[in-house]
Amino acid sequence: MKINSVLSNGKMVSQSKTKLKTEAVNLYYGSFQALRNISLEIPECAITAIIGPSGCGKSSFLRLLNRMNDLITGARVEGRVELDDINIYDKSIDVVELRKRVGMVFQKPNPFPMSVFENVAFGPKRHGISNRVELEEIVEKSLRQAALWDEVKDKLEQSGLALSGGQQQRLCIARVLAVEPEVILMDEPCSALDPVATLKIEDLMRSLAENYTIVIVTHNMQQAARVSDMAAFLMMEEDRAGVLVEYGPTSELFTNPKEKRTEDYITGRFG
Amino acid sequence: MLGKTSSNTTAEPGEALRRRWRLGEKLIESWIFLAGILTIIILLGIIALLLKEGLPAFWYTPPWEFLFGTKWYPISEPPTFGIMPFFVATLWITLVATAISVPIGVACAAYLAEVAPAKVREAVKPIVEILAGIPSVVMGFIGLMLLSPLVQSAFNLNTGLCGLTAGIMLSLMSLPIIISVSEDALRAVPDDFREASYALGATKWETVRHVCIPGALSGITAAIMLGVGRAIGETMTVLMVAGGALAVPVSPTDPMMPMTAAIASGIGNAVRGGLQYQALFAIGLILFILTLAVNLIADRVLERQKRKFAR
Amino acid sequence: MRACAVSKRQLSQRTAFSLLIVATIIVVLPILAIVIQIIVSGADAISWEFLTQAPSQAGKAGGILPAIVGTFYLMLGTIIVALPLGVMAGIYLSEYARDNWFTRAINLAIVNLAGVPSIVYGLFGLGVFVLLFHFGMSLLSASLSLACQALAMTVTTSREAILAVPKEYREGSLAVGATRWQTIRHLVLPQALPGIITGAVLAMSRAAGETAPILVVGAAFLLPGLPQSPFDQFMALPYHLYTVAAHVPGMPKSTMWGVALVLLVVVLSFNVLATIIRLRARQRRLNA
Repeated sequence: MKINSVLSNGKMVSQSKTKLKTEAVNLYYGSFQALRNISLEIPECAITAIIGPSGCGKSSFLRLLNRMNDLITGARVEGRVELDDINIYDKSIDVVELRKRVGMVFQKPNPFPMSVFENVAFGPKRHGISNRVELEEIVEKSLRQAALWDEVKDKLEQSGLALSGGQQQRLCIARVLAVEPEVILMDEPCSALDPVATLKIEDLMRSLAENYTIVIVTHNMQQAARVSDMAAFLMMEEDRAGVLVEYGPTSELFTNPKEKRTEDYITGRFG
Repeated sequence: MLGKTSSNTTAEPGEALRRRWRLGEKLIESWIFLAGILTIIILLGIIALLLKEGLPAFWYTPPWEFLFGTKWYPISEPPTFGIMPFFVATLWITLVATAISVPIGVACAAYLAEVAPAKVREAVKPIVEILAGIPSVVMGFIGLMLLSPLVQSAFNLNTGLCGLTAGIMLSLMSLPIIISVSEDALRAVPDDFREASYALGATKWETVRHVCIPGALSGITAAIMLGVGRAIGETMTVLMVAGGALAVPVSPTDPMMPMTAAIASGIGNAVRGGLQYQALFAIGLILFILTLAVNLIADRVLERQKRKFAR
Repeated sequence: MRACAVSKRQLSQRTAFSLLIVATIIVVLPILAIVIQIIVSGADAISWEFLTQAPSQAGKAGGILPAIVGTFYLMLGTIIVALPLGVMAGIYLSEYARDNWFTRAINLAIVNLAGVPSIVYGLFGLGVFVLLFHFGMSLLSASLSLACQALAMTVTTSREAILAVPKEYREGSLAVGATRWQTIRHLVLPQALPGIITGAVLAMSRAAGETAPILVVGAAFLLPGLPQSPFDQFMALPYHLYTVAAHVPGMPKSTMWGVALVLLVVVLSFNVLATIIRLRARQRRLNA
């Protein structure tokens, strides 16, 4: 799927390498088909938004990309999902390594019941880093990247649960950054936050996109319009399977949608 | 190293993502799996052992005679094994225990769940938990020292060691489980129902009687079954106070020997592998099946109760 | 007229509630009476001698040290076997097992095991540990029999404690590339630990008080010395109480009450310990 357009960071989409690609992907939960024939290419170092009405499978699609769907009994995937041209559903792939490369932030902030420091250090520790100095460096770097360092630098030993909602979400982002992923998946990261915290996270996303590939699911169209470079519109068909209706640069999708269904959704006629 | 951009070769990332043989992880996970299997093995082992040692008893004594025979004479020539005395004893004691513990236990549970002020509840619950913790041999001891003289004089008996004494002590032992499960069942009834009742002008008692208790009925039933299961399986208390007589008991004030006590008192003397040994294992088999059935039904009923109000 | 009708319903409510209160009193009074009676009657027998000497004169004099020691060995043996196995089985059931017939079989097995009468565990111990494995009438056979009984309890409490840990923590851990076992070891288990320990302490308390299994598997009444190895015979408090109460003529009453008191104190202190652990954990969770 070649789209000739300019991303908001100035690069041409066609010049951007494809980081993640799905080819004719079907997702089933048991006998129920949740997603049908989704094919799209996600460019690296850009923000791609998945939008659509609730229940159409946006989160399910996101969880395909780091195989979190494997945790659900009865979940079955057909088709190819590729990270850097490697099919991540191949039997030879180590899911744990994959999830190190493709990190995820959830809708409701879920810091661990530990100190701020331990939260961020959790990932690196599991991957074998035990040197305290090294860990401290990683923690500081990740918290800075997540725009949280200044607020917690003297409170690192405090419980992560003691932070405000917005801070907790940034802590979760720092936690993901600490394992040095290439892709960050965000499942409605701001829906549990107040508007001020939301804007902070959106700023954060834009700064992160310079170095990471970001895929975000959002039901907030204004947010998608503000923040993303590419947008994919998913919708549920009669049999409740989600399909990809339209995919393209955000500016185009929102100002000049090619599909009527897209236009109806964006103008608020349903959803 | 902030995020990786394009890589030149396609083979390299593949290697990095290739499946790791995490040995330590696999080892631990297999131990965990084995532990899960072990529980099945133990249960099967119990069943297998009871069958292996107990079934032969039925070759010697046909099942009909075994279950309904009234003569248990293991040392006569030839020995006869009929377990009616034990079975009826278990019935009597369970009956007495249930008749006492169910009304009192359910009433107490209703009080704690619906009527009692918080402070009273906080004071009573630990006391009930203490009762749950008292070992059965201590309860037997109390029955022996304190209750049996009372029963003896109250009913003008030759000995206070009888089914009634055992039943009363067992009712005390069944109370904690009946109270706790019934209380849980009552608390599981959603407040919406109570509020609807009050809004129609009902008094608190009317609400408890017509809304809460019917709503918790399956849980209360399960509680009763668990109490019954407890009474059937209890050994030491009945061994110490039920009297140990081998005749089929005709009234609760007769001294008697329930199935559990029969096994406990006989097993020490039985020749390993001999006829009495096998007969005792056969009683164990019957006990096992009985308590299994009761507990399984109670478990099923509890599941249904949970599902009834799950939102 | 209407005032009359209302008070009739009030009257029946008052009667009903009084009956409920009476029922509660009927529950509470005997418990208090039993505990107080044991303390009062047993206190006389308690002395330093009683707690540190071996019995003499067929148990009518001297102390009950071997029984106390034997009980502690039994508790220890039970928990050493039942806790690791129970926790691992609990982990398996809550983290690894898929919802298939095999899992359902295991869950069924555990519910059944919990309901098996203790005398049947005695028979099992006799047939398997004493005879089949040739461990004889020993501390080992008794501990293993009690451990089988305790296993149902430790598996259930471990499983419930682990299931109580919110799913979100696990997802967060997996999403940063931790393995399943790492998630369990570093996140889930620490959270579930208070519940698991509470279950273990209660299982120990139960093992301390159980008589029927050790009666069958062969607890002894009067032994010359303390057990030196797991294959030795042993004395135990509950069996001691049973024997002195029912089988030794001329046993001084105060001795009997003394044994009962010691046993009660041992069992109840473990119950209290379990309650303290449970409450402290709840406090900590509320504070976080």
